Amino acid sequence: MSEKSTEGRPLKWVGTRPVRPDGVEKVTGRARYGADFARPDMLWGHVLRSPHAHARIRRIDVRRALELDGVKAIVTGDDLPEIASEQAFVGEEPTDYRMLSQNVLARGKVGYVGHAVAAVAATTSAVAEEALRLIEVDYEILPHVLDVLSATADDAPLVHDDLCDRKGVKKNPSNIANEIEMGHGDPEAAFTNADVVVDRSFTTQAVHQGYIEPHACLAEAGPDGQVTIWCSSQGQFMVRGYTAKLLGLDLAQVRVVPAEIGGGFGGKTTVYLEPLAVALSQRSGRPVKMVMSREEVFRATGPASATRIRVKIGATKEGQFLAGEAWLDYEAGAFPGSSVAAGSMTIFAPYAFEHARSHGRDILVNKPKSAAYRAPGAPMAAFAVESVVDDLARQLEIDPIDLRLQNAAREGVQSSFGPRYKRIGFVETLQAAQEHPHYDAPLQPNQGRGVAAGMWFNAGLQSSAAVMVNADGSVSVISGNPDIGGSRASLAMMAAEEFGIEYEKVGVRIGDTASVGYNDVTGGSRVTLATGKMVVEASQEVISQLCERAAKVWDVDVKRVHWADGKAKVLDDEAIEPLGLAEIATGAARTGGPIQAIASGSVRGVGMSFGVHLCDVEVDPETGKVDVIRYTAFQDAGRAIHPSYVEGQIQGGAAQGIGWALNEEYVFDDSGRLENSGFLDYRMPVASDLPMIDAVIIEVPNPDHPYGVRGVGEAPIVPPIPAVVNALRAATGVCFSDLPVSPPRVLEALDAVS
Amino acid sequence: MSKRHVTTTIDGEGREFLCEDWQTLLDVLRDVLMKTGTKEGCGTGDCGACSVLLDGRLVCSCLMLAAEAEGRVIETVEGMAEGDRLHPLQQHFLQEAALQCGICTPGFLVAARALLAQNPDPSEREVRFWLAGNLCRCTGYDKIVRAVLAAAAEMRGAEA
Amino acid sequence: MEYASPRSLDEAIGLLSQAGVDARPMAGGTDLLVQLRTGARRPELLVDLKQIPGLCGIDCGSQGFRIGAAVSGAEIGECLPLREAWPGVVEAAELIGSTQIQGRASLGGNLCNASPAADSVPALIAAGAVCTLIGPAGRREVPVDDIVRGPGETALGEAEIIVDFRLPRPQDGTGDAYQRMIPRTEMDIAIVGAGVSVRVAESGECLACRVALGAVAARPIRVDEAAAALMGRRPDSEALEELAARASAAADPIDDKRGTRAYRTRVAGVLARRAAEEALRRAGDRWAARSQSS
Repeated sequence: MSEKSTEGRPLKWVGTRPVRPDGVEKVTGRARYGADFARPDMLWGHVLRSPHAHARIRRIDVRRALELDGVKAIVTGDDLPEIASEQAFVGEEPTDYRMLSQNVLARGKVGYVGHAVAAVAATTSAVAEEALRLIEVDYEILPHVLDVLSATADDAPLVHDDLCDRKGVKKNPSNIANEIEMGHGDPEAAFTNADVVVDRSFTTQAVHQGYIEPHACLAEAGPDGQVTIWCSSQGQFMVRGYTAKLLGLDLAQVRVVPAEIGGGFGGKTTVYLEPLAVALSQRSGRPVKMVMSREEVFRATGPASATRIRVKIGATKEGQFLAGEAWLDYEAGAFPGSSVAAGSMTIFAPYAFEHARSHGRDILVNKPKSAAYRAPGAPMAAFAVESVVDDLARQLEIDPIDLRLQNAAREGVQSSFGPRYKRIGFVETLQAAQEHPHYDAPLQPNQGRGVAAGMWFNAGLQSSAAVMVNADGSVSVISGNPDIGGSRASLAMMAAEEFGIEYEKVGVRIGDTASVGYNDVTGGSRVTLATGKMVVEASQEVISQLCERAAKVWDVDVKRVHWADGKAKVLDDEAIEPLGLAEIATGAARTGGPIQAIASGSVRGVGMSFGVHLCDVEVDPETGKVDVIRYTAFQDAGRAIHPSYVEGQIQGGAAQGIGWALNEEYVFDDSGRLENSGFLDYRMPVASDLPMIDAVIIEVPNPDHPYGVRGVGEAPIVPPIPAVVNALRAATGVCFSDLPVSPPRVLEALDAVS
Repeated sequence: MSKRHVTTTIDGEGREFLCEDWQTLLDVLRDVLMKTGTKEGCGTGDCGACSVLLDGRLVCSCLMLAAEAEGRVIETVEGMAEGDRLHPLQQHFLQEAALQCGICTPGFLVAARALLAQNPDPSEREVRFWLAGNLCRCTGYDKIVRAVLAAAAEMRGAEA
Repeated sequence: MEYASPRSLDEAIGLLSQAGVDARPMAGGTDLLVQLRTGARRPELLVDLKQIPGLCGIDCGSQGFRIGAAVSGAEIGECLPLREAWPGVVEAAELIGSTQIQGRASLGGNLCNASPAADSVPALIAAGAVCTLIGPAGRREVPVDDIVRGPGETALGEAEIIVDFRLPRPQDGTGDAYQRMIPRTEMDIAIVGAGVSVRVAESGECLACRVALGAVAARPIRVDEAAAALMGRRPDSEALEELAARASAAADPIDDKRGTRAYRTRVAGVLARRAAEEALRRAGDRWAARSQSS
């Protein structure tokens, strides 16, 4: 199917703000999330977790637990099949199935406090918890490493002593799981031509995605080997694929029914509970429900990596960037696979460099395995590079947006990660920020303004969608991607636009793995973009079928039939009454049966989305407390299908980034135990912490999408950290290189200069 | 020990249930009465997803024993709409796109309802501080605050 | 675990005495139920005090105020005479947790949880609040200052409970205030808390002052040497800086996930000064209101 442009065509729905299809059920409490499912005779499962950061498991004795009345099944590492090392890539971070299996349930060794050691199913949640206390585990405690520096020291304890590279070859023992390098030119030589070189190092702490819904699932394994899983995730096909792989099941035997998902932000692109629930169900013969506590979510599910990043940029005195070089060390956690590759790709991406190079290292530490978090790897990299750009603007006495405009990536520029840019909207986004009244609004004492930019990719990946016309002329769309933030609305709007019918006449459902073709995860800002493209393609296929059916009814050549305003019309004969959807569908039995189409594909034509954020902060110089008092976020959305949800993505990403900058951090004690494993002390922003966040949508259409869409979900979390920190610098005159800029750290820095 | 029998009113209906003494009201709402509209985000009173009204007072149902519900009146998100007619807060949450994933929405709606019952004309600041016990990770709160202010305005207009 | 909801003090004391260390009294439960969930406490018996008349309600008499130990923060906030008389105590009580927590959390619970960082305690100490205790050995009155011994540890005997808090009618020229530092604007445990009450003459001379700090020692502390910085003089900026310095000097905090020792020490002085400024402003406002009305 050819890609039709919408240029010049009047749009009825795209750009409007209808109520989302799943809205009413979500405001009335009827929507069912991961923990909202139950089955008759259901058991409750709980997980025994390691109290040690690094230890060998000598022996696990479950006998006393099994004797407890009500305990029906227990699984330990011995009960899961050994999996060969094999790279999978269905999420946003690379996964090795063998490592994934070990993360789901420890084999021989535990790698972090909170690592799953055994799982129990019992008749009640309380009995299952009691049983955990009766499981005896004999640990041989091993020395542990908790940060990049100690993990890369010469005598560091090894998190894995049998680490293999990507080709499966055993590596020299070290905690450096992977090293990557990318770029072009010769930065080292180019630095010597620079009038000014800024070279700084930065650290960031691990932070959690902080979705409000804990991981939860219900699994039922039948005696015939068929398995059904109800769970919330960012991809029912991901859950099916991973669970089947880890348990040695055929994909066709496993059906995953997607629940509504209560936030993911990348953190639900992998599995933790589902294989355990299935294994427990297989052993007990009963459905098993598992729900993590908030503490388990913090201790055992993926935070975003803590990082150390060094950035060096050289420029001429006129402000021309000559060369950039970056060294990025990201903590992977206890298993390989941090987001360092994406960090390395994005770090110089907003700018045109003749010479750019980044060196990334994926480093093992005894902390929970890192997981994707919204624009994985990019916010930390942006913190580093945008702080350095801010330095350059100050040293060169150039307006920070002018400096960015002067060096901005644009169409045809060689990106630092490889390809040349197609049409992108970074320049337009910078200009919009510069022209906005916020940019030169007056500030009071102790206040400062920061500006920062950032980019993120739009993944394409594999998508499928089914579109069918019902007998009454309504249209059903089945998508295979969980809807995290309103994508059902945008899919319905695009379908309504294609068919020329009312938005309310389109029903969108998220299909289970047995009712729609394969879809990669909801992630990479790809659903409205890629799955949306499949909906458009399937709709267009259905429309050509509708034209064929109408041609049959009229007995005219199909070439004379076209589709407009929700009806089939004969091009050259206005006397023939057009046929609407309902009329064609009602008569479908006589013209060839049900009308439907499925579109599947590996979607290409991925875009880039750029954002520029303006942030004003006020600092209390006596306590170091920083308040964000005004915030405006500009982003190129290509085309906003439903502007409210685009704004919502921008506002939500900004809020997460502000939290990351100001107060969020994993705090570990010396033994590797997370000290702030709850929302009280893991300080995400609350409503009173934030001002209104003005979202300004720039529309530079993506030439590779039928409606010009760019994925918008992730880019908004990239600029906030440097926007906040640059504002703090403007307010105080102090450079901050370590996150978070929490009150104690700010006050200490203020004291140091005064 | 046998279970405790509790008689209470939930969303306008007389309800009886059996519970263990250690079970929270949230446990009973979700797992015994299967009223899963009230959500659990933390179980420690830090996220507000489980907010309910107890004799009109806003509380976290995770921080209250089910046994304490004896003789009390409980209101959850499930009782906010009257039949098909949504509460103005529900309507404005939809119109303003004040929810993304929606898991925090029941708690926000119940908390906002309690606010408007005692302060029909709150300022933005009052809305933000009242709702500070309800965490939302998707929206940055902007559209939630706007929806509450819009619903308050509509409700004031309806009463005038 | 069993739950009991006695209707009288005698019944409650009887239940608590019988079960001994395995019993735990509960008011709002906002700390206790979290401790049950995390397994930090595993009592056999939970004795709910909220149905006992003596622990409920606020009385505003000519002599002063009686606040039931189980009264929720929300009810305290709604009591206008109390807010008028002791705004610092009320603002501290209202800072305990979110709106939801306010619907349950009580002064009695906040005190008996015995956290060094409890918000209401420095304000109550500064205001000179006294609590009534009842136990198997009878009834006694103890200043709030003497209840908390250390983290999680109180001066209460076995089966002894707090029934109510007493505050006097404030004399002319009295003002109190509470300030706390948290990294967010809400939903945090105080890194530092400071409660101050003052009484000033119409001339502005400081006749009485009490300063109490939270989260800077193993228990909330009264810092009389800081208060002495204001006594007998018209508090100018120099006196207030002296108060701040003495408050910082009295602080002996720990480093933990919520803040460093250096930070807490420094900010203790800042907050003590800010609370004193606010308390003095309120005291001055009282005189102004009085001279206006006469």
